[in-house]
Amino acid sequence: MNKYLGIVLLVIFFGSCTNTSDTVISFNRDVRPILNNKCLRCHGGVKANGEFSLLFEEDAFSETQSGKPAIVRGNHSKSELYKRLVHEDVELRMPLDAPPLTQQEIDVLKQWIDQGAKWEKHWAYIPPKNNITPPKKDSLLWSRNEIDQFVYAKMTQKGLSPSPEAAKEVLLRRLYLDLIGLPPTVEQVARFMKDTAENAYEKEVNALLASKHFGERWATVWMDLARYADSKGYEKDSNREIWKFRDWVIDAFNNDMPFDEFSITQLAGDLLPQPTEEQLIATAFHRNTLANDEGGTDNEEFRVAAVLERVATTYEVWQGTTMACVQCHSHPYDPFKHKEFYQSMAFFNTAKDNDSYFEEPKVYTYSEENKKEVEALLASVKSELKPTDIPPQTKYRYGEIQTILKHLGYRIHEAESYYESSPFIELDESLKHLWQVQDSSWVKYDAIDLDAVQEIGFFASATIPYAGHIVIHLDSLEGEKIGEVKITKTAVAKRGIDTRNNTREFKTAISQVKGTHDMYLRFYKGETYAGNLFFVDKMRFYEKEPRMNAYDAALKQKLKKLAEIPATSTPIIQELPKNKARKTHLFERGSWLNLGDEVSKSIPDIFGIPENKEPKDRLAFAQWMLSDENPLAARVAVNRFWEQIFGFGLVASMEEFGSQGDKPTHPELLDWLALRFMNEHQWRIKPLLREMVTSATYMQSSVVTPDKLEKDARNQWLARSHRTRLSAEQIRDQVLTVSDLLNPIVGGPSVVNSAVDGGWTGVPEWAVKGDSAKYRRSLYTLWKRVTPPKEMLIFDSPDKSVCTSRRIRTNTPLQALNLLNDATFFEASNALATQMAQKEATIDKQLSYGYFKTMGKTITDEKLLLLKELYHDAYEHYDVGNRELEFPEIAIAKKGTEKRHLAALTVVANALLNLDEFIVKG
Amino acid sequence: MDILNEAHFRQAEYNTRRHFLKKCISGMGALTLGSVLGGGNLLANTMQPKRSYSKIPHFAPRAKHVIYLHMAGAPSQLELFDYKPELQKMDGQACPPSLLEGKRFAFIRGVPQMLGPQVNFKQYGESRSWVSDNLPHFTKVVDEVAFLKAVQTDEFNHAPAQFLMQTGSARTGRPSLGGWVTYGLGSPNKDLPGFVVLLSSGGPTGGKRLWGSGFLPTVHQGVQCQATGTPVQNLTNPKGIDSEMRKKSVEIINKINEQEYQEVKDPEILTRISQYELAFKMQTSVPEVMNIEKEPDYIKEMYGVTPGKNSFANNCLLARRLVENGVRFVQLYDKGWDMHGTGPGNGVGDGLKNKCKQIDQPMSALLLDLKQRGMLEDTLVIWGGEFGRTPMMEARTGENFLGRDHHNEAFTMWMAGGGVKPGFTYGETDEIGYSAINGKVHVHDIQATILNQLGLDHERLTYRFQGRDFRLTDVHGNVIKDILT
Repeated sequence: MNKYLGIVLLVIFFGSCTNTSDTVISFNRDVRPILNNKCLRCHGGVKANGEFSLLFEEDAFSETQSGKPAIVRGNHSKSELYKRLVHEDVELRMPLDAPPLTQQEIDVLKQWIDQGAKWEKHWAYIPPKNNITPPKKDSLLWSRNEIDQFVYAKMTQKGLSPSPEAAKEVLLRRLYLDLIGLPPTVEQVARFMKDTAENAYEKEVNALLASKHFGERWATVWMDLARYADSKGYEKDSNREIWKFRDWVIDAFNNDMPFDEFSITQLAGDLLPQPTEEQLIATAFHRNTLANDEGGTDNEEFRVAAVLERVATTYEVWQGTTMACVQCHSHPYDPFKHKEFYQSMAFFNTAKDNDSYFEEPKVYTYSEENKKEVEALLASVKSELKPTDIPPQTKYRYGEIQTILKHLGYRIHEAESYYESSPFIELDESLKHLWQVQDSSWVKYDAIDLDAVQEIGFFASATIPYAGHIVIHLDSLEGEKIGEVKITKTAVAKRGIDTRNNTREFKTAISQVKGTHDMYLRFYKGETYAGNLFFVDKMRFYEKEPRMNAYDAALKQKLKKLAEIPATSTPIIQELPKNKARKTHLFERGSWLNLGDEVSKSIPDIFGIPENKEPKDRLAFAQWMLSDENPLAARVAVNRFWEQIFGFGLVASMEEFGSQGDKPTHPELLDWLALRFMNEHQWRIKPLLREMVTSATYMQSSVVTPDKLEKDARNQWLARSHRTRLSAEQIRDQVLTVSDLLNPIVGGPSVVNSAVDGGWTGVPEWAVKGDSAKYRRSLYTLWKRVTPPKEMLIFDSPDKSVCTSRRIRTNTPLQALNLLNDATFFEASNALATQMAQKEATIDKQLSYGYFKTMGKTITDEKLLLLKELYHDAYEHYDVGNRELEFPEIAIAKKGTEKRHLAALTVVANALLNLDEFIVKG
Repeated sequence: MDILNEAHFRQAEYNTRRHFLKKCISGMGALTLGSVLGGGNLLANTMQPKRSYSKIPHFAPRAKHVIYLHMAGAPSQLELFDYKPELQKMDGQACPPSLLEGKRFAFIRGVPQMLGPQVNFKQYGESRSWVSDNLPHFTKVVDEVAFLKAVQTDEFNHAPAQFLMQTGSARTGRPSLGGWVTYGLGSPNKDLPGFVVLLSSGGPTGGKRLWGSGFLPTVHQGVQCQATGTPVQNLTNPKGIDSEMRKKSVEIINKINEQEYQEVKDPEILTRISQYELAFKMQTSVPEVMNIEKEPDYIKEMYGVTPGKNSFANNCLLARRLVENGVRFVQLYDKGWDMHGTGPGNGVGDGLKNKCKQIDQPMSALLLDLKQRGMLEDTLVIWGGEFGRTPMMEARTGENFLGRDHHNEAFTMWMAGGGVKPGFTYGETDEIGYSAINGKVHVHDIQATILNQLGLDHERLTYRFQGRDFRLTDVHGNVIKDILT
């Protein structure tokens, strides 16, 4: 309460000013738009001509080039700002080289100065007033909850009135698509239509909120913001195993994890006290940045690019604030200083990841199936071990196993797990072998315990007799040489044969070494040049007297098995140790090669954090963002949910709440919802959504009258429901649902279906392939950034390279071609036709059933007539006597009239899946 | 189209225009009928409350169409156009330290050797332009071309440099050049995509994002077409549906959609109806345009087409056909120009020579063919890679293959037609082709110039996104006036 008091008073003061008389000027309402449109271009964040800027209050009233301030509070005639606006000399009149301000605008500024030139923050930087009450109910009949009271008040102001409630079945389909992203089945519609209970609708709402598909639908939205993809982008577009993050998001939505916890865990789960595996996986949110595996790239350049992107994405997702321009200079229109971008960057700059191929740091987890085997083996191993050989149990099973293996001396290191390398080192597309091992190239492994090691084995493959040799150095490239091994031919090169896996172990003894060291491998060519000398798969470290020697061969066998059970890796965010933490500098003009002053972690001044309360680390930063001291996060979040349900955000520019964004259509409603989300709902999303979908506003019909179209073409004032085209994912998922093809499994690795193009690096081995992959929900489609599924892009999906707050819905012929001709969609037409033929006996009933199944409502006579026309035309067309004719897949095996019948039904089914009403939320 | 349909279309058009006039936000329901596939005009995109629509084009255009030939991988200017006899004299010598101090290279480490030109040069045409023996056909068209010898870019890795060249930013997420153009101008032929992309020798490493629409509505994505198989994805009917059946089903779909419109009065449905009609038309119009078989033999021979392949030669001929049929922007990518000399066939000697054989005849034929049809006047042709190559040898292996590293400080591009001075050379590099010494142009200048020739002011062609007016050239770019007629 207290912390808001000052602002509340301020707001009341200004509020009373703006309301009492027309002649009292409000800075935000009257003055700021003029300054933004006419002045800031030259007197803003990028340029401050005449040393005069109107971006910050302190600049606006400080001395300008002339030595005097441009605005003298209370006296317009002494204010240079005013004098310049009305100057007779065009050369001196402002704005320069542009038409003068209108008399009205000049008067506004004049009065504003005379009234004391009071400055206000932009609305978005002022916390919501916590005393908002919904306008009084003057429409008792219509209103169902407080949302409606806000909406009703606004629409009546605009001369509009609510639309009638939508038909029951229309409402049900809308609700299903909105809450779980899938349409209701025939049975679900029938059940609902029969249910006459007063709370029939609420029951559906509750059931859908509890559905396991709820999480999938909302995770799909979050994936745009998280720029989630299964590859790294740029030239190589190597695969990236990060799907556990997607599943974490699905689970979080399903469990109704409070949005503050949801956010903090993604931004700083690694810094929570003793984080769980799941909390670490959540931090993969910011490992979805692009990484460049192209040969000859500077890892630091792309590490920096990723960190800058994380800052921009964080601000866009949680603050609705565009920070990208602040990278190069102070914000031209909003009160963010150049330096402040880098102060925010300082929170993110000490993460360990460095654009390396291997994408360390990672967390490793076992699949449900493997977990059982792991637990059994581990228990069995532990039961045989002496107590002194058993490490303390941890919550990271994989880590625990690694500790045991290392302790006992069973030590395998993957070759690709290097932390740094020379330019010529790359990995092959499986990311499992060191590839492009060229003469004089090298790799570095961090902190290897070599204390007891006496031999190292390299598992390598080569196709020439003397391919090259590996030299091992300690601590630096020129450091002590401790061993060397020659790599010779392991396989015969043959066209079309992959010899990479034909590895053999090449062992070398190493000189005695004490303790833990960085280890460098340098590669040299052998008898002849080859672009790639050999492949290295892994290394094994042999200790002099490994502890496992104290046990029998059976135990060693178990250790081997334990080491070989595959684990799923997920790249995560983790801090560098304090002594290795990077310093953060301002980048002059945004160039990372042009370092300015060092900066420390800090939140932009506009948010008014006292210096002694600045967050110390990324966790504290995230906690501040999701606290009620931050005016933006809750507003930005409720606006996103609102947009998904109602078609547009209350702030239409979802990515930009700053002064250049759109003004909220219903500011009080936005603030009321934000406060309610934080306080009453304790940041829980399901109650928030429940409130939205049980409002009368939501339940209106989408039928529009000419009057409403005239008064409110875009439906800003919500006097009807918005007819919204479904998203790319919803369209495909719906096609799969109504044709009964959908495989409804929730979660798991991404899948390879017919839309997937693996590009240069192919599809990863961990992806699901084959029949079980074909008809999964679109959320699971393997997404390669360089070659994303075209049909998704055609329906306006972003390519997932950058955070996207809002999809622009288009309406194009390529969409029509996709719905008409896409292979999967046509398979669905075949399947739907089969259903139609099986379920009903007469043509009329089959066609009506097909319509009901796709649209969730009964067909009208007019539409049935048209479907019959199509059916009969098609039936005539598929004259079985005509041998030239090709038939749809399902009809081919049939004979005679049945063949014609099925073919004609397929044509009808295909048409149904193309109807406007099918791809639109009615 | 019957009267009812027409009335609907008029209504839709009216509604859309009014949407626009009310400055409503973004593309939903706001696409004019002609706006499909980026083929429409500015009314299609109503996100621009601040822009003056009536002023597009900003001034009289010199070109109506663009054909952009991007050599992905970055060809060596030192073996094609930028003749450096002095470099020959330094061949094999250690690179002077002054060239290396403070520089970053993709692969060069330590002190590399200098590498002389691997091919002979002569002067051709009235313009006396230098061309290497690698491009014998091209020697005949040098008088049509304006060479830019001192192009500079900020990037020296392929994907970022390609992004910079094609989208104005080295990072992803921006609309491509072709998308900006159709956004600004639409396209004359409403039955074809406004922005077409053709690939040969595989795709560019930057991937589809190079022709993505970024934050512009997706209608401004480049449509990837090909000379073989299905010209556009999903253009052909599925098995069991022939064009007669398709015609009937589209007719019924549209009639039912009309019914739906009667019920709910959503103007967006009318747009959908027109898109289905257009989709059906495209099923015949696109394959027709994409069928180079119809060309007379002498034309095929002139380009050196390779039937049944996605070759650069086929794509050059397709580019002409597409432009002839009113496509606004045709973007070709030819991959395989990254000559590091890491093995035989990958060097600036024979490797480059062989690669040049794939493009020399077709690109020369394209210019001649455009000219003989009177199309070169209003078609701007651009040729170039994403950066150039170093005058130093890339000493990756110390073996005998001759390669050059990526170089972003000076490389050659050329433009022809569309109001560009024919037979002209602009810009100059130092005596070894390392640094630009005069007539430097940056990637953003090239982009500004391309837009300029189309009648678009690169500073005024903006799109509001994230609260800011974005441009192709960001805050940079100057039109290269010296090369314009």
